[in-house]
Amino acid sequence: MSETVKSYSAADEVGAIRMRRTRWQRMMIDLKKAPISAWFGMIVIAIYAFTALFAPLLAPYGEAQVFPTPFAPWSMTGGGEHVFGTDQIGRDVFSRLIYGARNTIGIALATTLLSFIIGGGLGLVAAINRSWLDQLLSRFVDVLMAIPSLIFALMLLSIFGSTVGSLIMIIAVLDSTRVFRLTRSVAVNVVVMDYVEAARLRGEGLGWVMRREILPNIMPPLVAEFGLRFSFVFLTIAALSFLGLGIQPPTADWGSMVRDNASLIQFAQYDLTAAMTPLLPAGAIALLTVAVNFVVDWFLHKTSGLRDDH
Amino acid sequence: MHPVLATVLQRLGLGVVTLFFVSLIIFAAIAMLPGDFGEAVLGQAALPETVEAFRKELGLDKPAWLRYINWVAAVLQGDLGTSFSGRAASGVDRSRDVVDLIAPRLWNTLFLAGITALIAVPLALFLGITTALARNSVYDRSVNAATLTTISFPEFFVAYVLIVLLASIWPVFPSLANVTPEMSFTERLYKCALPSLTLTLVIVAHMMRMTRAAIINLLASPYIEMAQLKGVSKAKVIVKHALPNAWAPIATVIAFNLAYLVVGVVVVEVVFVYPGIGQLMVDAVTSRDIPVVQACALIFAATYILLNLLADIIGIVTNPRLLHPR
Repeated sequence: MSETVKSYSAADEVGAIRMRRTRWQRMMIDLKKAPISAWFGMIVIAIYAFTALFAPLLAPYGEAQVFPTPFAPWSMTGGGEHVFGTDQIGRDVFSRLIYGARNTIGIALATTLLSFIIGGGLGLVAAINRSWLDQLLSRFVDVLMAIPSLIFALMLLSIFGSTVGSLIMIIAVLDSTRVFRLTRSVAVNVVVMDYVEAARLRGEGLGWVMRREILPNIMPPLVAEFGLRFSFVFLTIAALSFLGLGIQPPTADWGSMVRDNASLIQFAQYDLTAAMTPLLPAGAIALLTVAVNFVVDWFLHKTSGLRDDH
Repeated sequence: MHPVLATVLQRLGLGVVTLFFVSLIIFAAIAMLPGDFGEAVLGQAALPETVEAFRKELGLDKPAWLRYINWVAAVLQGDLGTSFSGRAASGVDRSRDVVDLIAPRLWNTLFLAGITALIAVPLALFLGITTALARNSVYDRSVNAATLTTISFPEFFVAYVLIVLLASIWPVFPSLANVTPEMSFTERLYKCALPSLTLTLVIVAHMMRMTRAAIINLLASPYIEMAQLKGVSKAKVIVKHALPNAWAPIATVIAFNLAYLVVGVVVVEVVFVYPGIGQLMVDAVTSRDIPVVQACALIFAATYILLNLLADIIGIVTNPRLLHPR
């Protein structure tokens, strides 16, 4: 006589201990439902991250190592020394592309993080305060946002000079205005909730209320915004470097690589591969922003359900 | 007072205040320079008297508020100061007036931006409205995917791809847009083909997506559903019910993107060596020629603010709720 019950029992189903899915399981379920564009985006981002982290191991030559032949042709078929040739002073383009991943993405990531710390922090404070401080910060942000950010960045760079430090600071501050606006507008709705009031009455400090009560509830839009801001900052820095005002040589960087090799483009009729040299770093920039946008698009769709893409 | 007029005046006042603060920030740029920039501009061999005279010319011996008033007064009279370049340690001054540097280039930039806007705005509105109406169709999806991709491309990538394709492999258009004042209109247009095509591709993507989102948002409103449910024809729903409320978001989209165009012009001008104000600004930033940078920044910022103001005002003037107050 076996005790195994084969028949279905509704009481059992209801009475069973509810299995709580771990965060990992929930993530895997979401990932399985992700569309192909999001998968493409995530795989591309993973490859970029891997390249950036292990750049010294992957690159065949050093970042600023100079070889005797400038503008050497491509040699994809093996045997050649430089897969994508060399640049205008004889540096290996392939190695610089790999190091460029580290520098360009690293600086853009640092800038985005800084802008979220500044903008997000001030936005939360403004949302909780809702009085003179909120007014002051909001009006100040309005004025800053009235100037196009690339123009503002150009003006500030002419004053402070183009170093990596000032580049990160300037773009982070300019970009934090948008983070401030978003954080403030979503946090304002959360601040008036009863549980926030309860926490404050309990005597929790400003830092606790910000971090433990409000932040978890405004996370999804902020995460999506992080992706969008990152690609925006990344494009701005690339544009500035392309204009010769961003990351300075000898640091390998995609924007300035496009600028340095741009003259090769006129030889497309004779040697198509040579003309592709400046397009490689430009394409690397484009591919990463496309990938980030795809992932953000999916994330927005998933977290808001209704919200239409923009 | 009529509510429309009141709101418009209020918005105009706000615009003036914003312009004031922006000019204050741009003016403060020169005050943030390190103290010894006189030597940096004139060279280390400059005599102390020359440096002193230079500082005096910039008015650095006067208080900041007085300098600001003088600067604004001069700008309003069309005097943007003198460029830093061309000054020498010996005190010989070969510098040029900023206005002379900017005026011809500003015209060039406006020409490029104008052509682009003429092509891009109708195209983007057409694409945006048709995709919104044919939502989730194959047409909508393919246009959407294409624009999402172009949005992510940096301007210089689009520009170089176009150069490789249309100037190098199939030499249809010139890759250098070096226009000169003597050129005829058609020649100018031919030279500007690739820069304006690049800008159009970038702008259309942004504008089309924003138009589509605005229209979809609009079509989801209850009064549109009401009109459909009571049996109004499809064309009538769009023309009589949707369109009057759509002007405001469409105007915002256009102004926002024209403002974006003003910025995008900088990179594109550098790629195509187009003698416009964007390239002038980049050159001035490289050589740290502050008066030129200030003047360019002021022009860009003022254009940006005015365009956004214009969008706001169009939005107010066409708003049915304000036009027919109860």
